Amino acid sequence: MSRRFVLALALATASIAPIPSLAADAESPLDAPWPAVERQAEGQTVYWSAWGGDPAINRYIGWVADRMDERHDLDVVHVKVDDIATTISRVVAEQAAGNDDQGAVDLMWINGENFAAMKERGLLFGPFARRLPNFSLTAPDDNPEMLTDFTLPTEGYESPWGKAQLTFYYDAERLETPPRNMSELLSWAREHPGRFTYPLVPDFLGSTFLKQALLARVEEPEMLADPASRHDVETVTAPLWEYLDALHPHLWRQGRHFPSSGPELKRLMGDGELSLAFTFNPAEPAAAVTAHQLPPNTRSYVLEGGTLGNVHFVAIPFNARHKAGAMVLANFLLSPEAQARKQDIDVWGDPTVLDMRRLDTTEREAFEGDRHPASPPPEALQHVLPEPHPSWVEALEAEWQVRYGDG
Amino acid sequence: MPYFVTAIRVVPAIALALLILPVLLGLAGVVAPAFGWHPALGGEAWTLSHWQALGSAPGLDDMIRLSLLTGLASALATLIIVTLCLATFLETRAFGAIRRLLSPLLAVPHAAAAIGLAFLLTPSGLASRLVSPWLSGWAHPPDYLFPGDSIGLALALGLTLKEIPFLLLMSLAALPQCRAGERLMMARSLGYGRINGFLKGVMPALYPLIRLPLYAIIVFATANIEVAMILGPSTPPPLAVAVVRWLGDPDLTMRFQAAAGALLQIGVTAGALLIWWLGERLVSRLGAGWLRDGHRRRGERLGRGLGTLMTWLAIGVLVAALGGLILWSLAGYWPFPDAWPAPLTLHAWQQATMGIGTSLSNTVTIGLAATGIALVLTLGCLEAETHRRRPLSAGTQLILYLPLLVPQVAFLQGLVQWQTQAGLNAGWPAVTLSHALFVLPYTFLSLAESYRRQDPRWRQVAATLGASPASIFLRIRLPMLAAPILVAGAVGFAVSIGQYLPTLLLGAGRLTTLTTEAVNLASGGDRRLTAVYALYQLALPALGFALATALPRLWWRHRRQMLSGDAA
Repeated sequence: MSRRFVLALALATASIAPIPSLAADAESPLDAPWPAVERQAEGQTVYWSAWGGDPAINRYIGWVADRMDERHDLDVVHVKVDDIATTISRVVAEQAAGNDDQGAVDLMWINGENFAAMKERGLLFGPFARRLPNFSLTAPDDNPEMLTDFTLPTEGYESPWGKAQLTFYYDAERLETPPRNMSELLSWAREHPGRFTYPLVPDFLGSTFLKQALLARVEEPEMLADPASRHDVETVTAPLWEYLDALHPHLWRQGRHFPSSGPELKRLMGDGELSLAFTFNPAEPAAAVTAHQLPPNTRSYVLEGGTLGNVHFVAIPFNARHKAGAMVLANFLLSPEAQARKQDIDVWGDPTVLDMRRLDTTEREAFEGDRHPASPPPEALQHVLPEPHPSWVEALEAEWQVRYGDG
Repeated sequence: MPYFVTAIRVVPAIALALLILPVLLGLAGVVAPAFGWHPALGGEAWTLSHWQALGSAPGLDDMIRLSLLTGLASALATLIIVTLCLATFLETRAFGAIRRLLSPLLAVPHAAAAIGLAFLLTPSGLASRLVSPWLSGWAHPPDYLFPGDSIGLALALGLTLKEIPFLLLMSLAALPQCRAGERLMMARSLGYGRINGFLKGVMPALYPLIRLPLYAIIVFATANIEVAMILGPSTPPPLAVAVVRWLGDPDLTMRFQAAAGALLQIGVTAGALLIWWLGERLVSRLGAGWLRDGHRRRGERLGRGLGTLMTWLAIGVLVAALGGLILWSLAGYWPFPDAWPAPLTLHAWQQATMGIGTSLSNTVTIGLAATGIALVLTLGCLEAETHRRRPLSAGTQLILYLPLLVPQVAFLQGLVQWQTQAGLNAGWPAVTLSHALFVLPYTFLSLAESYRRQDPRWRQVAATLGASPASIFLRIRLPMLAAPILVAGAVGFAVSIGQYLPTLLLGAGRLTTLTTEAVNLASGGDRRLTAVYALYQLALPALGFALATALPRLWWRHRRQMLSGDAA
């Protein structure tokens, strides 16, 4: 197609299109009124980079894509990545190549150190979160975790999507009393060698286990809220390595091999290779029992004194080609309809970020289902420990590689 | 139509360009970043620092050792098993059965075979369920490290099993060329046993003909990704897997390290080839005396026993692995040590059907397009040979193997670096072309022999009747060779379906195929769904081969002699 032809086509379209919408098209979706953003989004294709390792989540994203197509004529393509880091490196490369508005990624599922890295390098578009009409349903002013990600203020550069909390699960038929804290875990592992493990660091669930162990061993947990550079990392983390050195010989495969991810950990539970495992999604054990993946008598619980929890988000790269579409999608993800479906354990079971007080009765009802016996008791999820500053994760991951990375 | 001949004569050049350019460009694209030059990523000074970073990467020694050892061990095991299999069974009745069993196994994508093998041999796998608890006493799955053992045994085993059908079929194609039948008959009439006769009489002539395929096996085995991801150790992984991980690291500088790692991978692969070549020298020197020692039956029994055992073991394991996939795809909750899943459910198939659409259609369209390109080029090259009246030179033959002789991870990565530099969009066309690059050698190898052997008198008769070169090609060549062309197409389609790394890298992860999905799922949670994807991945090439055999029979149900491809 020649350039002149494109120009002619553009002029022809412009002459029949109503002027106001043309004006809206020119506006950045950050300034345009919401209906104009929705109009701009029509016909766009949003490339959404999201971890693709869990079929249940993939199906949920597929459902979202169908709704967006129906309602906004918006084509959503789920770009399945095994680690969102691959997407970041893509955006970084695009930035370096001077690609400022034709980026291949429109929306990404992100949090923690990945968000920190992108925000620091100016790779994110925004602030857009408060521009989403549904964002207010999270009651951000009452729920500060909607505005902070691993101690960093989000400043509107990402929009909350779901919640996570480290939850342990076991087969009640084979294990009567699971360990209630990290020290019990060590002695339990000694008695039951080869029946526990954690995912290979730097998988986020593996890193989360390191952080949980660190929080349990460190003398003053408050200092983990500071950037790691302000402390003597070696001294602070020494008790963690001591703990892992003691634990590893009693792990599955004597700690010489690790499962690659949370889902693989779950599979090992399903195969009966492990007696105890953990997940970052409190509803996952129940969902997996329904899907025949875990033993029928699976039970889940949270460690004494609480476990790490956080919120996960979606963000838009600075150079996304379809920002309006990405915003419309992010807004839909926050709708009571999408959030209720996401929380349904038959679908995914990811806890909602919405504040129930902001919903009307009918909307609230959609969130209330019977508690599955494999779900953790609701009161257990009230002991949430805050995430350490993301710089600690980097330090832990690097040191873990050096100590255990070569088997 | 004089244009036809002119056009046909250009095709070899296009084919060679398709084979050489991406490889060379890719290598160039990886050399510069390895030494620090990649302006788009901010590398504007030549430096050796990335090599230093690579040198201090944790576990680098083990990565190199893994690549070398698994590559060489699997190539050696493949060669031994194929040789013994041929020696034991060639020109026996059982051979037809073995051939019929092994040929379809060639079409099984690497990832599917690896997934099946992992499901079979993992501690909670079918094999240990079958012996538990009555024999082994295991109430829980035993705690042994397999697959994923740190010396790479599972990886070597997976590679070997998958390469056996390939080398066997390559050998079968080469046997007539070295007149194996006559040689064997001669040896037998001199009183040599089956094994001795084959090893001393046929092997010395056969080996040079299967050397290139063997080298391709070594290259693949030292640098493969998907089998290593499924069966190999993870701390540390083999070098090629580590390179792909570095390539995807959010830290920019890791891309430079990945480039250096890719060059190191070339070195490691070249090292493996060199070791193999030295081994060849050694064997030919040490073996010379043995060849002439006149013993006719020494080790005959042992050789036959081993040959029979290993052949059936290899077939058995492959078939059991694929059978296990079917069981898993139908299983509900299947606790250890039950050997049979109960109740059976279609849950996983139903779930997969909901999400499989895009990857299925991508797989099929890319496969068909890549195979189409490769077939057109193959036919063009072969037809050009006819017009030039001489076969391709040895150098050209080598170029055909080029994409198989350079580690994928090295030059594909370079292509990605170019893609980034040029700001090109990743997507369907790039992936299809890259598939065509790997499909072309196979379609050519598969078709060349039948094409060249077609009786020239058919064309001469047509020419004397006034047919133009174009119509000879269209009305004599193509219809008469329809059967082998379709088989070559089926081979190409199967190769395309099996491609993992080209799809992953050049599609930038935005393009999913059954293979990328299966490999993704294999690392993750759900055995049942993984099995379904692996079975889909396996069913497509099978369908291709079924069509390739059924269609000609249908077309020529009244002209059965056409099926031989040469109705002389």
